[in-house]
Amino acid sequence: MQYMLLIYGDEQGWTDVPEDVQRDMYAKFFAYSDALEKAGAFVAGSALAPSTSATVVRVAEGETLTTDGPFAETKEQLGGYYLIDVETLDEALEWAARVPSAKVGQPVEVRPLQPMMRPESVA
Amino acid sequence: MQEAFAIATARWPRDGEPRNPGAWIIATARNVAIDRIRREQTLARKQELLARLQEVETTETTDDDTIPDERLALLFACCHPALAAEARVPLMLSAVGGLRTPEIARAFLVPEKTLAQRLVRAKRKVRDAGIPIRVPPAHLLPSRLASVLAAIYLVFNEGYSATSGEELVRRDLCAEAIRLAKLLAVLMPDEAEALGLLALLLFQDSRRTARLDGSGDIVLLEDQDRSLWDRAEIAEGSRVLERALSRREPGVYQLQAAIAALHAQARTAADTDWAQIAALYDELLRRSGSPVVELNRAVAFAMRDGPAAGLELTDGIAGLEDYHLWHAARADLLRRLGRDAEARTAYERAAELAGTDAERRFLARRLAEL
Repeated sequence: MQYMLLIYGDEQGWTDVPEDVQRDMYAKFFAYSDALEKAGAFVAGSALAPSTSATVVRVAEGETLTTDGPFAETKEQLGGYYLIDVETLDEALEWAARVPSAKVGQPVEVRPLQPMMRPESVA
Repeated sequence: MQEAFAIATARWPRDGEPRNPGAWIIATARNVAIDRIRREQTLARKQELLARLQEVETTETTDDDTIPDERLALLFACCHPALAAEARVPLMLSAVGGLRTPEIARAFLVPEKTLAQRLVRAKRKVRDAGIPIRVPPAHLLPSRLASVLAAIYLVFNEGYSATSGEELVRRDLCAEAIRLAKLLAVLMPDEAEALGLLALLLFQDSRRTARLDGSGDIVLLEDQDRSLWDRAEIAEGSRVLERALSRREPGVYQLQAAIAALHAQARTAADTDWAQIAALYDELLRRSGSPVVELNRAVAFAMRDGPAAGLELTDGIAGLEDYHLWHAARADLLRRLGRDAEARTAYERAAELAGTDAERRFLARRLAEL
């Protein structure tokens, strides 16, 4: 079963973290990705550029509206994701707990993928 | 199993819940599997699925004949940490206990509609999030088992602490909790704490007739008519506790059961081995660190060492200022020390904070006796 691990973090707080600690965190993330890969659970993953780089697109009455900034102003911002393939929710939760930022108290949302059937599939 | 839960989610609100939901889920899982086999195109795949199906032994869907392992798996699934905390006990009672939604709603004083929604959401979560319906793997078992034990104990306490109205429903809750504890003990005979919980429930349940007097008022343990205690249940609890202790894996439920056993063994209140009980509370406190345990320990120490020692301990407990039993315990100790004015204040505070009429009546009586 496939799950998204949505990794949240306090961007403002991150800027106050000393450089060597930041570098250590990045190294831990690389190690984590390797571990996922080795376990055969890795499907995809990436850090996201900061929420200040986001743009929201909405279409209303045929007009495309773009807004600067993330979808919502929140205390913690979406900072990265992993798409993993595991047997059960238990394994997904265990992997989530091992996300390096989770280990220092930043939340990770675990969301199953919603399988959708294309209309043409045979019954 | 996931599909069966999905069907349950869809059907139960419409058709009403079956008498034995756990068995229904398994039977449905079987039917879903059969349907799938029919639809399979390749013969090889058909044969493979049929073979797998034959491995699953199914029995008649009567109340207690559900495949025991499946019920254990359901028990753990219902208490999964991914489920909302307030959904776990109702889901457990519904899926494993076979209680109907109105019964569960009444027992927990929650509007029926709210509880029904809670159950639907929980079942949907099991299906959608892929909560596995299985006994957890060894490395997850200790914490998951603790969750199941806590849920069963919660059910028992809901039933046990009822003192008025809803009495019939509440008594059923105690019986239901014991049934679930027995199921767990039978299916996990090597888990000392599962045995410990069962023993604890049996000891506590053995006193149910003596706890209330004719007018529905509380009778303290020390004042209870011990001839009303269910000796057969006490004997059963003792056997289960012995089995638990023989595993040499002590834990909080076994400790509480041992304390209850010491009370049960005392022919009269005066015969109670308070020294041993105090020692057990020491161990329990070491493990649990709960202020309520600290309070019970202080009461035991008061019995062993006198009210002055007990009061000193009680006053040293932090965080119970809003707990009526802390004030009641202080009041009792002050009374025994002859400090009536302070006792009065403490009883009044306890009465203000008390949650049920029976408790308030009891505290009023103590006040009057001063």
